[in-house]
Amino acid sequence: MKKIYLDNAATTPVSPEILAAMEPYFTNKFGNASEPHFWGQEARKAIDEAREKIANFLGAKPKEIIFTSCATESINLAHKGLIESIKYQVSSIKYPHIITSRVEHKAVLETCKHLEKIGWAKVTYLPVDKYGIVDIKDIRQAIRPETVLVSIMYTNNEVGTIEPIGKIGRLIKEINQSRISNLKSKIFFHTDATQAIQYLDCNVDGLGIDLLSFSGHKLYAPKGIGALYIRSGVPFVRQQDGGGQEYNLRAGTENVPYIVALGKAIELVEQNKVHSTKCIEKLKSKLIEGVLKISGVKLVGHPTNQAPHIATFIVEGAEGEAMLLLLSDKGIAASSGSACTSGLLKPSHVLTAMGYKPQEAHGSLRFSLGKDTTLKEIDYVVKVLPEVIKKLRKMAPKLI
Amino acid sequence: MNFDQFYSKKVLEHIRHPKNMGEIKNPDGVATVGNPVCGDIMRLFIKVKEGKISDIKFQTLGCGAAIATSSMITTMVKGKPLADVEKITKTAIAEALGGLPPIKTHCSVLAADALHKAIDNYRKNVSKTKK
Repeated sequence: MKKIYLDNAATTPVSPEILAAMEPYFTNKFGNASEPHFWGQEARKAIDEAREKIANFLGAKPKEIIFTSCATESINLAHKGLIESIKYQVSSIKYPHIITSRVEHKAVLETCKHLEKIGWAKVTYLPVDKYGIVDIKDIRQAIRPETVLVSIMYTNNEVGTIEPIGKIGRLIKEINQSRISNLKSKIFFHTDATQAIQYLDCNVDGLGIDLLSFSGHKLYAPKGIGALYIRSGVPFVRQQDGGGQEYNLRAGTENVPYIVALGKAIELVEQNKVHSTKCIEKLKSKLIEGVLKISGVKLVGHPTNQAPHIATFIVEGAEGEAMLLLLSDKGIAASSGSACTSGLLKPSHVLTAMGYKPQEAHGSLRFSLGKDTTLKEIDYVVKVLPEVIKKLRKMAPKLI
Repeated sequence: MNFDQFYSKKVLEHIRHPKNMGEIKNPDGVATVGNPVCGDIMRLFIKVKEGKISDIKFQTLGCGAAIATSSMITTMVKGKPLADVEKITKTAIAEALGGLPPIKTHCSVLAADALHKAIDNYRKNVSKTKK
């Protein structure tokens, strides 16, 4: 049976070029980058090169890039590092205030909850519209004198909706200008760009971003490597203590092969961005067109303001996990926000924040495309999915 | 989620080839139960003849475990005397399926609940016709 992987928003395979680039750093080029000898310097050079590639990609300076183990770590570090610094170094602010949204990844939401719990911050969780988009006006209104961080994701991982990152960046810049003249502390802007980095503009100056998190395994690098961009001048306290690695902001011997892999991944993203975005967009519209022919199926997320690789549907009268199971029997891997797939028996917080009822979220189905997705595969999914839905609907009680 | 590791062979067999799926026109007893935890809905139809379940059918909107427990329960009770059927517990259903993942045990509760409610409904219907 052919196997079709349409869960690229969850993770991607390591590409052969990236594997080849990282391989020597396991065996021959194994040095500790903190050592002055040949081996150490070889590793140091490799790290520097990877850092420079990423900095160039983001329009940043190399010393503004910190390597971490994953996007979750970057996000934790960004929030906790900034908030700790403000909490203990700005005497006028007792409770630093964070503004975020209800559709963020758990890495952001749980970090914010933790900061509230330990009394380091107050947090506003903004609602979103039916497409999952945060309203700029809501951000403006939520800003208080103690607001120090706005954390809004670039692209939603469950529905693909793109948030107005550039507009938020401009709003914060504008507010900061009046703050500086009033000698008040600045607001900093973090974005979780995990699902965006491959396809969207990530120029941090153009977008007005101060902190940006992403990981490698969505870009054909291995799991276990991520990065955090920290604009120079952002007040910051490291959260992992030890040696002076990563400009004193993240202690621990550098994971050289994985850092090399992330550098290579970004280099490939830069090379292929335009072409791969076009190809994937084309395949996705073909998929959407085919799937929407099935009655009682709707597309969720913004129809145009969307990452090219994610297509999420709500299927009436069929449950997500059951659909995944029958699709898996046909060789197709997808994902769902149904309560039964969550491990916590709660429907997707993203879909419920967008106003979908739990029973609608129950029938959610996400396909996420990647560089290896083919038209033949999409055609096969479009052919098989109606049968799967039909089978499950036949089983379901008629409710009305 | 790797389904072949998550669910037992029996569970998967029932999901892929559910038994006694559908509805019974003019059932002697029927019950619809919903699971507020995850949103699954299960409906059981029964026919009773000489104190035995002569026919049973199910309709379920839910995850794999919900489908499997519904299908399993129909095979467990078909042709059995009501007195025996009423003793069937959620644990017995889960055991008959070769076990359920812990997070899915509430699905067996749902199936047992639907069965007992369908029998209650049958008894109510019988007492109505007697009156």
